[in-house]
Amino acid sequence: MKLDTSGFETSMPTIGFGSSNDMLDGFSTVPSFDLPRTTDFDGFQKEAVQMVKPAKGTTTLAFIFKEGVMVAADSRASMGGYISSQSVKKIIEINPYMLGTMAGGAADCQFWHRNLGIKCRLHELANKRRISVSGASKLLANMLYSYRGMGLSVGTMIAGWDETGPGLYYVDNEGGRLKGDRFSVGSGSPYAYGVLDSGYKFDMSVEEASELARRSIYHATFRDGASGGVASVYHVGPNGWKKLSGDDVGELHYHYYPVPPETAEQVMEEAAAE
Amino acid sequence: MECVFGLVGEGFAIVAADTSAVHSILLHKNNEDKIMLLDSHKLVAASGEPGDRVQFTEYVQKNVSLYKFRNGIPLTTAAAANFTRGELATALRKNPYSVNILMAGYDNESGASLYYIDYIATLHKVDKGAFGYGSYFSLSTMDRHYRPDMSVEEAIELVDKCILEIRSRLVVAPPNFVIKIVDKDGARDYAWRQSVQDVTTAAV
Repeated sequence: MKLDTSGFETSMPTIGFGSSNDMLDGFSTVPSFDLPRTTDFDGFQKEAVQMVKPAKGTTTLAFIFKEGVMVAADSRASMGGYISSQSVKKIIEINPYMLGTMAGGAADCQFWHRNLGIKCRLHELANKRRISVSGASKLLANMLYSYRGMGLSVGTMIAGWDETGPGLYYVDNEGGRLKGDRFSVGSGSPYAYGVLDSGYKFDMSVEEASELARRSIYHATFRDGASGGVASVYHVGPNGWKKLSGDDVGELHYHYYPVPPETAEQVMEEAAAE
Repeated sequence: MECVFGLVGEGFAIVAADTSAVHSILLHKNNEDKIMLLDSHKLVAASGEPGDRVQFTEYVQKNVSLYKFRNGIPLTTAAAANFTRGELATALRKNPYSVNILMAGYDNESGASLYYIDYIATLHKVDKGAFGYGSYFSLSTMDRHYRPDMSVEEAIELVDKCILEIRSRLVVAPPNFVIKIVDKDGARDYAWRQSVQDVTTAAV
């Protein structure tokens, strides 16, 4: 198949060499595409997409337990080695009883979660009942699957409470969809899994579970440079979601590992108070 | 990497697949069921990219159901395998699916059969087949010990031999496997072989 190069031919008159006309200097070259010097053009395209693909620099986690679903995330946005924001909302409220977490491209996650919220509302209006978590995650997975290979970067968890009880699904930009009880997504996820897996029990109270979630996020932010900021923890119960806490991880560090005050200083302070 | 293998015995076909859902170094889930019931007497064990695997096998499943609704009779295993291969072939040079499939089925006229369909739309009717890194270990084991007139117990022994070989020799061996069987009574779960059990429930 011969490549169609008619788009490269131009009807614009070529300007002669050595022309010093300032006004025409801006368009002195004939507009044309530069083809990359490679024999494997398709492979080159894939490489280019992979290069600009933002790595999922974040830590998010969610798990199902006796009292519902616990969802937690950090709040740092990074561009390579630069921290662009410490206060990103990575837990997205799709509707009053469903939450989505954000990992990957911020714009992609925000847009597609909003879009999912619209589709869920339309389902409610058309069918006169709430959509299930399974249905909502399938809608999102199908949407993302139809865009596969086009450079979307979304690693999200859909957590909610429907007629069948608590539900948790992991959905990513390749169109993969997994049903499970515990997930963590992002560059800090292996660290979070380490704390989450060892401390997890199905029979936990809401306080124990939120402490486990907070601790897991904290430990992930400690080790992973692309995670940090504020550890937010949400709980999804039978009546919908509720934000439980949002603690700065720097403060959490000193809360978990306080620096013992030196005795010499203590003595001096007492003397001064007298 | 994903391990899928299967074999045909006397009046039945067995397929086994690992049950781990992996993203680079992370194991997200170790009880993911990759063997789908295509209809009452057909099984599809699929391995490949996560989105493609689920979407493509569900697409085939819905089309097989549609045929049955429209025509009143179910497709034969051979027809379903050829349909699947046709879909992979059509998509191959436009928008290829990265899925490898072992399709096992039982038809009253022709007995049990196993079809090997790989991601570039190769189709073979086989007695035993395997995909993934595990195939390097399971194929030779099956070649050595397989006989066409095996009973269910002997076949399960062979499957367990293969699982043991994969677990002991493959560097990133999956911890858990699911085994499903199809015979004249239909397609169903046979067993799970789990060396790592999750804290909460079994298969989701």
